[in-house]
Amino acid sequence: MLRINNLTGIRGTEKLFQGISFDLQSGQVVWLRGANGSGKTTLLRMLTGASAPEVGEILWNGETLAESETYRKQLVYLGHSNGLKDDLTAMESLQFLTRVHGRNADVPALEDALQKMGVFHRRHLPVRMLSQGQRKRVALARLALETQPGVWVLDEPFDSLDDSGVAVVAQLLKTQLGRGGRAVLTSHIPLKIEGVDIQTLQLEKRRAP
Amino acid sequence: MTGGAMWSVLARDLRLASRRPIEAFLPVVFFLVAGSLFPLGVGPESNVLRQIAPGVVWVCALLSAMLSLGSIYGGDYADGSLEQMLISPQPALLIVGAKALAHWTMTGVPLILVAPLLGLLFDMHADAIQTLVWSLFLGTPVLSLVGGVGAALTLGLRNGAVLILLLVLPLCIPVLIFGAGAVANVDMGLSPSGHLSLLGALLLVTLLGAPVATAAALRISV
Repeated sequence: MLRINNLTGIRGTEKLFQGISFDLQSGQVVWLRGANGSGKTTLLRMLTGASAPEVGEILWNGETLAESETYRKQLVYLGHSNGLKDDLTAMESLQFLTRVHGRNADVPALEDALQKMGVFHRRHLPVRMLSQGQRKRVALARLALETQPGVWVLDEPFDSLDDSGVAVVAQLLKTQLGRGGRAVLTSHIPLKIEGVDIQTLQLEKRRAP
Repeated sequence: MTGGAMWSVLARDLRLASRRPIEAFLPVVFFLVAGSLFPLGVGPESNVLRQIAPGVVWVCALLSAMLSLGSIYGGDYADGSLEQMLISPQPALLIVGAKALAHWTMTGVPLILVAPLLGLLFDMHADAIQTLVWSLFLGTPVLSLVGGVGAALTLGLRNGAVLILLLVLPLCIPVLIFGAGAVANVDMGLSPSGHLSLLGALLLVTLLGAPVATAAALRISV
């Protein structure tokens, strides 16, 4: 279980949010909402373990993220930047990310994931020749490659996607929750996944006293 | 698995370099061009040239290694792949090690290969050229490793390129002294082994220390 306990987000000297606590159970999805600058990305980055919280704690099965050896194997994080290299092909970029994260990077599995995301026909093109939406789809193909019920941390996964793309990602999310996985995500478009109860967490901007 | 991940980082960096061959060859071209300016500027007196050769070649090697430092982590930082690597299950040390090895393969190894050419241009003796190659072989990995620390510390800063130079160049002075010293010793008829041993020791120390420092710096910067 992922437990977020009394978390405070600080950027520079400014307190972004304070006293955030929630548990992320198996099969749960949390939709983070809040105005620009309310600290959504800061919170998501803390959930990846990339930055350690100064106040409060994030526990995975009772251990902090830095201590936990299993958390990173469960985690899929998709941030604002896609993590794809412009000069590599879509296939090579995806293969590299999959390998580094210790997942199955066999070509048929990758091709299958790209097929699901609808960018299979573009797989041998350098990433720089893809449109923003197609790049996003290649990055999101990592979700289609997951077979274990892990933790998904997604920063605006629907950004620059068209309607069919949004539907595919929603379906992937549904599969993930169905097999007992967890997800935390931000989204500017209203989030609706059929048959899934979405919990909303509103980040309020705190004014410094 | 972890060894495989290191290999895939290395293979990816080499493949990226092969997609931009002109950029990849820039440091070695700089090394050759800068080095070959000296005989033209100083004049064709072979005694003088032979005397300044070790220092000139080493300074050029140092500067050409500095040229490419900004790109070790810069590109990966900008497109988010550095972040992805750091949150992956792979130890950060492994990734840092692979990045340093890739940098050395792309900038250090070509320098070692073309250095004899500069040696000939300076009318160096065969045994001096041999020592030069050995000193570069031991010294250039140190430049890549120490450079990695500077590159990691200056990630995302404005004027990062200048800062790297200020951070890294002073730390590389021992390499310059012992590297050029080894070759100068050969010219004077002395044994270069003392200087080369010190270079080897420097390499071992940086191999142990620099990746740890780089990984810590990356955690702060990213």
